Amino acid sequence: MKPRLVVIGNGMAPGRALETLFETAPDAYEVIIFNAEPRVNYNRIMLSPVLSGESTFDDIIIHGDDWYEQNNITLHRGARVTKIDREARTVTSAAGITEAYDKLIIATGSNPFIIPCPGHKLEGVLAYRDLDDVDKMIEFSNKENSSAVVIGGGLLGLEAAAGLKMQGMDVTVLHLMPTLMERQLDPSAGYLLEKELSSRGINIITKANTKEIVGEDRVEGVLLDDGTLLKADMVVMAVGIRPSIELAKDAGLDVGRGILVSSTMQTSDPDIYSVGECVEFEGNVYGLVAPLYEQARILGLELAGETGNSFAHSETSTKLKVTGVDLFSAGDFAEGENREEIVFRDASRGIYKRLVLEEDRLIGAVLYGETADGAWFFQKIKEGEVVSPKERENLIFGQNFAGAEPLDPTAAVAALPDDAEICGCNGVSKGKIVSAIEKEGLKDLAGVRSCTKASASCGTCTGLVESLLACTLGDEFGGTKETVCGCTDLGPGDVRRLIVAKELKSIPAVMQELGWKTSNGCAKCRPALNYYLVATWPGEYVDDQQSRFINERVHANIQKDGTYSVVPRAWGGLTNSKELRAIADVVDKFEIPTVKYTGGQRIDLLGVKKDDLPAVWKDLNDAGMVSGHAYAKGLRTVKTCVGTDWCRFGTQDSTGLGVKLERMMWGSWSPAKVKLAVSGCPRNCAESTCKDIGVICVDSGYELHFGGAAGMHIQGTQVLCKVETEEEALEYCGALLQAYREQGWYLERIYKWADRVGYDTVRAMIVDDAEGRKAFYERFLYSQKFAQDDPWEERASKGVDAHEFSPLTLEPAE
Amino acid sequence: MTIDTAVLDWRDLCAIDDIPVQGSRRAIINGREIGIFRTSSSEIYAIDNACPHKQGPLTEGIVHDCSVTCPLHNWVFDLKTGVAQGQDEGSVTTHPIQIRDDRVYIQLKG
Repeated sequence: MKPRLVVIGNGMAPGRALETLFETAPDAYEVIIFNAEPRVNYNRIMLSPVLSGESTFDDIIIHGDDWYEQNNITLHRGARVTKIDREARTVTSAAGITEAYDKLIIATGSNPFIIPCPGHKLEGVLAYRDLDDVDKMIEFSNKENSSAVVIGGGLLGLEAAAGLKMQGMDVTVLHLMPTLMERQLDPSAGYLLEKELSSRGINIITKANTKEIVGEDRVEGVLLDDGTLLKADMVVMAVGIRPSIELAKDAGLDVGRGILVSSTMQTSDPDIYSVGECVEFEGNVYGLVAPLYEQARILGLELAGETGNSFAHSETSTKLKVTGVDLFSAGDFAEGENREEIVFRDASRGIYKRLVLEEDRLIGAVLYGETADGAWFFQKIKEGEVVSPKERENLIFGQNFAGAEPLDPTAAVAALPDDAEICGCNGVSKGKIVSAIEKEGLKDLAGVRSCTKASASCGTCTGLVESLLACTLGDEFGGTKETVCGCTDLGPGDVRRLIVAKELKSIPAVMQELGWKTSNGCAKCRPALNYYLVATWPGEYVDDQQSRFINERVHANIQKDGTYSVVPRAWGGLTNSKELRAIADVVDKFEIPTVKYTGGQRIDLLGVKKDDLPAVWKDLNDAGMVSGHAYAKGLRTVKTCVGTDWCRFGTQDSTGLGVKLERMMWGSWSPAKVKLAVSGCPRNCAESTCKDIGVICVDSGYELHFGGAAGMHIQGTQVLCKVETEEEALEYCGALLQAYREQGWYLERIYKWADRVGYDTVRAMIVDDAEGRKAFYERFLYSQKFAQDDPWEERASKGVDAHEFSPLTLEPAE
Repeated sequence: MTIDTAVLDWRDLCAIDDIPVQGSRRAIINGREIGIFRTSSSEIYAIDNACPHKQGPLTEGIVHDCSVTCPLHNWVFDLKTGVAQGQDEGSVTTHPIQIRDDRVYIQLKG
């Protein structure tokens, strides 16, 4: 009698193992399969095309009924095994079918992970694992105007979302992380994917935390942590899978995350094997098909009696199966020491490619938009051969360019024919630019831009134009201009202009569309981009906390010993007994070592421990005080003198105007810090003439000043103009601040901005052009609607960024 | 199957998602302050939380690529090796991290 081989599970991995077994040693075993699903073996990876309607179930069957017949397999359909008796060497199904085994394969696969949020058991909450799930989804999608929420923006969730959209549903994807498929893609590729899926009408919400699935008996909607309520007839949970190990564990086999196996797929019982998603090998569990098929091959050979084969962990590659989305990732593409990256971006065609090399070997690749070379790169990753410097020059261009001569950019431009188009936006050819340089005696980029318009619109051909200048002028060309940082060839002005022109609304969007040379920027460009986006898209852009310096992230100033200083706002430099008492109590309660008056008429509490910050703020908030933004690239202080209230020389209510200015401007972010002062008479006790914006009150009104500096650089202000009323003073100052916010380069103070654009230009914008001034002012007031939330209150009472202030703690082990 | 005895020394610190992407958490382990960092590709690293230059708390710095920039004087450290980059010379102790079931395990060195 032939030995009995019992298989628990009828998925792709055991199916492939049996194929190998039958090919190598036909008729070696009598095979009995238990399948919890009531059907034959089908290609689970191809469920997505079935969902979208591009395939049918018949198309994806791997083994039809005849295969089981031909190989004399007994298939128990719809039979879930509930017990393995290792002593009796039998397995038993829920319905009581018992089969004896000589060899047993456990291929129970994995279970979808269901977030145990309130409502997760409502009717209409589905996983996405098998054909039953797909059938239910299609049933939902057949109802008119039905909508679905997919929780999880990974591979599976996005395939489900795209399929449901093609079935005509309204689809929203909720993803906890900031970018989609973060396990397989870096943020740049994640951004492109989000853009593509959004353009297909799929609503994507990142950083979304599901609070509750709402509904009476069945799903009616999904409630997020931030209060957003999404209508939904169906919720698909696609947040991950867990190896299904209960059966093996109950049978006393060794398990970790998965069922532990040797390199021949043997479990801790020599007669029991395991294969597929339920397996853990050397600490790895697998969910992609290639390694699972390799496991199956090894197992098939082992059962056939061919010894000497062993399974080894290897890199895997991923492709997203959504029609029209080309996306590929393979290997390890994390950053690290000794790792270098080669990045290629083609913004107009939506292409992004990134290769990661370690010690001159290719170890990872992410491709978006053009994936033809995926297999070639994957092969290189697996081979692990050293990439020569010459090969490396053209590596990113893929197989077709392998071995070609590298070109340096100037030589490449020199080799172009005269009619080659350099600037696509304005249709400017190489010949036209070269003759303009020669005939007009142009020496720099600005000259070429004003003469020919080349690179004056979108700016992405800036590098080409500069190369043309270099090869036309030779040594005469003064070189390229100042760039934001080493991650880009663009200067801050270009970046700001392009953010507006191309409506770029996220950091990954800027990096992709403007061809950043690194995958996620550096400590220099990220805070700058974050500011430009905050300032350009008020109410739309969500501030990226991780791109802010610590002071702005925790709303206090870090000191040399890692403690913080806390400065409550004192409007116009005013305080009162209640506030002073509260400050004194805070100082005592939290044992704050130093209390000091600042140069801007504020009280500074120095040496506060980070963990105490929220509690300190809470007590100050309770006494009516808010953050003084003493840490911010934003409005710091408005210093005042006492004016007509008390001073015998005072000409206007300088304190009152100072308070009004501060009430209007607090909370705004700007390129660098902004300090104001209002003096009540030309004696200038508030020292207005060395401030970013200063006001000097005179009998007939208010003299407005700007562009002062009293730091490393000392310079007096220049007069902007004189106005008659307080309302005008507020409007002019608000408009001036907004112009600076829109045009300034990150870290550039008002005086540097004015030096660069010209003081007369500023006067023309703010004083001469009344309509323009009003527009600036209105934009400022609009953006303030989103800026004037006390950051202290959000953190002290509303739990914002709680992780910042409480360390994780582990006590010594017993 | 044998189980690696070193496993006993790994300590369950937190869930991966307790650490913000491109961010960090301070951890007090046996009274010692350790910085736990998470890069944009969700690699987790642990280093002593004090810059060798002036003891700046590195967790307060900006995380970029696989490095962190000290908030006090902009020294940049490789999170994997703990070695200062560029012109600056020095290093911080690194601690091994393991991820299992989306939880962060740490082994404390020296």
